[in-house]
Amino acid sequence: MMMELTPDELTFRDEVRAFLRDNLPDALRQKVQKDQHLNRDDFLDWHKILYAKGWIAPGWPKEYGGAGWTPMQRHIFDDELATAYAPPILPFGLAMVGPVIMNFGNDAQKAHYLPRILSGEDWWCQGYSEPGAGSDLASLKTKAVRDGDHYVVDGAKTWTTFAQHADMMFCLVRTSSEGKRQEGISFLLMDMKSEGITVKPIRTIDGGCEINEVFFDNVRMPAENLIGEEGKGWTYAKFLLGYERTGMATIGRSRRQLAEVRKIAASEPVGEGTLLDDPKFREKAAAIEIELLALESLVLQVLAEQAAGGKPGPESSFLKIKGTEIQQAISELLLEAVGNYAHPFVPEALEHGWNEEPIGPDYAAPAAPHYFNFRKTSIYGGTNEIQKNIVAKMILGL
Amino acid sequence: MDIMLSDEQRLLKESVERFIADEYGFEQRKRWVAEGAGYAAENWATFAELGWLALPLPEEHGGLGGSLSDVAVVLEGFGAGLVVEPYLATVLLAAQLVADGGTDEQKADILPKVAEGQMKLAFAHTERQSRYNLPDVKTEAKASSGGFTLNGQKSIVFGAADADLLVVSARTSGGQREEDGISLFCVAPDAAGLSIRAYGTQDSHRAADLTLENVEVEASALMSQADAAYPIIARTVQQAMIALGAEAVGAMGALNELTFEYLKTRQQFGAPIGAFQSLQHRAAEMLMAHKLSRAMVFRMAKAADTGDEALAQAATATKVQIGKSGKFVGQQAIQLHGGIGMTDEYAAGHYFKRLTMIDALFGTADHHLTAFADSSNIS
Repeated sequence: MMMELTPDELTFRDEVRAFLRDNLPDALRQKVQKDQHLNRDDFLDWHKILYAKGWIAPGWPKEYGGAGWTPMQRHIFDDELATAYAPPILPFGLAMVGPVIMNFGNDAQKAHYLPRILSGEDWWCQGYSEPGAGSDLASLKTKAVRDGDHYVVDGAKTWTTFAQHADMMFCLVRTSSEGKRQEGISFLLMDMKSEGITVKPIRTIDGGCEINEVFFDNVRMPAENLIGEEGKGWTYAKFLLGYERTGMATIGRSRRQLAEVRKIAASEPVGEGTLLDDPKFREKAAAIEIELLALESLVLQVLAEQAAGGKPGPESSFLKIKGTEIQQAISELLLEAVGNYAHPFVPEALEHGWNEEPIGPDYAAPAAPHYFNFRKTSIYGGTNEIQKNIVAKMILGL
Repeated sequence: MDIMLSDEQRLLKESVERFIADEYGFEQRKRWVAEGAGYAAENWATFAELGWLALPLPEEHGGLGGSLSDVAVVLEGFGAGLVVEPYLATVLLAAQLVADGGTDEQKADILPKVAEGQMKLAFAHTERQSRYNLPDVKTEAKASSGGFTLNGQKSIVFGAADADLLVVSARTSGGQREEDGISLFCVAPDAAGLSIRAYGTQDSHRAADLTLENVEVEASALMSQADAAYPIIARTVQQAMIALGAEAVGAMGALNELTFEYLKTRQQFGAPIGAFQSLQHRAAEMLMAHKLSRAMVFRMAKAADTGDEALAQAATATKVQIGKSGKFVGQQAIQLHGGIGMTDEYAAGHYFKRLTMIDALFGTADHHLTAFADSSNIS
């Protein structure tokens, strides 16, 4: 990678590297490297290690526990974590509900929730999509009716990532069906252990079970769990969408995966040589690398603008669209690289502790499931079509 | 009126479509896939009864002597139904090899049983190192007293665990990647020294990796073209590629139908999502990909029927077309469905996976694009 770092930045990078070398547990690193499913403890163990170091929320304002790093430092940090095969840091608490609470929560909410997000005590999930409200999120129907000091919540959310692990959900609920649809939406924090909440796992086409349906049946939630004002939930959700989108670009992970694909290609025999000798394959990998370079440049620019207090523009959407396109392109290249051994479906090989002789090369088992699973990326977080609508509206105002 | 098909083929098409509609529900298929051999024995019996197993086999051995176009008609229906029965392994690959390269005894012994549904076969050819290079065979067969001794390894052998007989390619002479020197052998699945590691595949079919350690076969196990089986293998695989093209076309058609229906019924922003222009254009492109592929596959099947010369290019061109189109239709179908397309319980993802794995069978679109570029003579 052509990245020109200042002496200070080099020192910082070495510090991060040394920390990862000494503190990232080998078992975790191996799981990530083998693309095996991570369980609740895997995520939490790593979360707590970073928390202890004070590096769990580098992007937060310093007063709330942020690291006070420059944009370049944050980028270097993300890159080093990905390169070292650290588990991903989940965004739901740190990058999503955390900033909403900081900006719109009351003092009691800040004092209660923010430290628990940092420490990992609360695992958060996102309650946005519903069976009838996907791209058209404002049509959501999950109802919260005020009853004294409580809201009574009825309805259902879906595609909820890791709801099975969650202690808390930040949830968009309908508190009014009058006026503009958006103005009847409120932002409510739900304790997932409450009576009346049922979580039902959804198996996806790759064989995994990360997402869930969540049902609310007469769930009583204290009114103090409301963020900001009733009916302002849509504004807060929109704020959140513009915040911390640089993570969506997943530059570090994509670069690491591209390197892995090249390594795999180098061990796949083709005639006298390997797949990596095939100029077509090399060009495909190179084309992705150049796109990644362009995206990284945009990330750095956005980080710098954010640090200078700039408001998020269409770049948030670009990072999401291009970041996911690159992830998907890499997943296609990986699938191509493993050749015939894309066929065997060996779900056990994606679980930790599987010690049997692999079927074919040991890198083959995750290739097709990864490709299938990553079709989600252009769907979640606002489909790439919706992102383009957002941008078009910004440009054209029509 | 389908001008690509003869009257007989139209009847055949109707019969396959009726079977899929009446007998091959997606929920039923889920159960078949999860249990036992991974498909339904009663379906195999139905295939035999309706003459589909006999279809491409020679008439003198209980077959119907059907053309590749006839096979394409059946496979298009199978693609729409996501059929998991081992038709490719048994009928299109192994039985075809026997029909083309077997001794008279082997043909008489094997083919009528295949046609009647009494015998299932598998073709063990691909090896760990061979990727999509068809003549790359390391497995060796050495002449021994009264027969041959086979040593080597075979990868992704579809239908192997359930087969009554395996057709195994092995090198009797020549270097690893030479076309000359490859022979075919009939090997019993319970032969001493043969181990079969079976697994399910991404698209709910069954396959296995084979290890052959001093597997002894009798001289009569050798098919007729000692050292010269490569052209037979190539021809068989090329025909199978076109048949797979037809299966992909069927899958694309069904997946498009599912997706277009979703576009018409799924409501967002107070309208069916199909009312949005960007999705309309996508739907138009998906239909175009399907129609182009279908027209091409049936034409290529006919061209291939006219002789060997056309077959290689037809197969390669077909694989490029269906690989690209299948990927586009598959990916867009998931995208347009949104979350529901990602779920295992819904059919769209299964079509997507089948289309993906068809591309990975016998060489991807990119692999065949190179092959086509190398072989095409533009004068």
